[in-house]
Amino acid sequence: MNEISLMPAEQYQRLQQRNAADVKELWDLLDMIKDPELPVLSIWDLGILRDIERDGDRITVTITPTYSGCPAMDNIRTDVEKALNDAGYQEVTVNMSLSPAWSSEWMSPEGRKNLREYGIAPPEDADLDEDGLTPEAHAQCPHCRSRNTRRISEFGSTACKALFQCNDCNEPFDYFKKI
Amino acid sequence: MSDAIKQATLEYVIRLGDDSVVLGHRISEWVSYGPFLEEDIAYGNVALDYIGRARLYYSYAAELADDGRTEDDFPYMRSDREYRNLLLMEMPRGDFAYSQVRQLFADAYAAVMLPELVKSKDETIAAVAAKAIKETKYHLRRSRDWVLRLGDGTEESHKRTQKAVDQLWGYTHELFDMDETEQLLADNGIGVDVSKLRDAWHAMVSEILTTATLTVPDDSWAVRGGRTGYHTENLGHMLTEMQIVHRSHPGCQW
Repeated sequence: MNEISLMPAEQYQRLQQRNAADVKELWDLLDMIKDPELPVLSIWDLGILRDIERDGDRITVTITPTYSGCPAMDNIRTDVEKALNDAGYQEVTVNMSLSPAWSSEWMSPEGRKNLREYGIAPPEDADLDEDGLTPEAHAQCPHCRSRNTRRISEFGSTACKALFQCNDCNEPFDYFKKI
Repeated sequence: MSDAIKQATLEYVIRLGDDSVVLGHRISEWVSYGPFLEEDIAYGNVALDYIGRARLYYSYAAELADDGRTEDDFPYMRSDREYRNLLLMEMPRGDFAYSQVRQLFADAYAAVMLPELVKSKDETIAAVAAKAIKETKYHLRRSRDWVLRLGDGTEESHKRTQKAVDQLWGYTHELFDMDETEQLLADNGIGVDVSKLRDAWHAMVSEILTTATLTVPDDSWAVRGGRTGYHTENLGHMLTEMQIVHRSHPGCQW
């Protein structure tokens, strides 16, 4: 049977994992944890929340960094511990897992929408160049939706973003790189 | 894991961590000195990627060593003679052309080496490599574009870039040296046999240099010593700056 998916396979698998989890309430609880540098994205939306396990009173949460040097990881770890402690779970371990490496494909559809409304173009708003990297132009402006834009820096305010400027409304904006 | 292999893996992970932290620190020296704002930010981000890799390698080193040392002890509490980084990484930042040429050499090295390292039977090493491969694509494109722009730019930028190529070339031979430690790991599918990678690196770099109207140097001289702890005078100066806060306030937390 040919499955016709309306959602990228990676996102679908994540959703299945979450829905099948026996600690669904903890997945819901951790929706309150936002990336400190992208406050419109929860760690679920960004795709860095990988797993939650409960063994008696012990909760083990697995997260993965976007980039090797992501400076937000320590904050996120502390926020996760605090949220679970506040909810009454005292024994909390947050593991960092590197494999498989994070991919921007893991970002949720809601996350992409929120990102755009926040003024950051999500990865799919640009056609990649022949090397599969950020193109020199035509990422869609999240403000006026124009495609008449140009890249002004390959690296933006953080390693996961590039900087563009719109030629129509003149606003600069961040583009979330595909990785 | 046998003791010999475990020891060799620890040594190998420290080497890779040292390469990353030293280059990351050198790149970070450009922050607030970049030629324009976007370039300044780009350099900061590339530095962060390298320092992030260093943290991953050193955390693993601390786990393998299992002697009470933490990830911070490796970068901050060892002297230059104990560092095992490749000499290329420690060369001072020089002018912008010099830093970009060094970056091209290092990025091209990462581009040929990481696809081998990701096959490592050691899961942690393979996982760090898998993350680094993705980042390196962006790094290499940037350093390649800069070398093309500077080499094929003005008379002055061409002159400076060629000078940087000539001055740094002799430090690239060491990138492809093997010793007993690395051979043992390569034979056991944990490390990379870098001696087999020079042709691919040379082809990649030559193509970029030639397109940039630059001359690929002859292999007329080579400096070696980083992997055995014999460094240029530059590393000691860099480390004093990098380590002073940590060493002045032992155990400080905030």
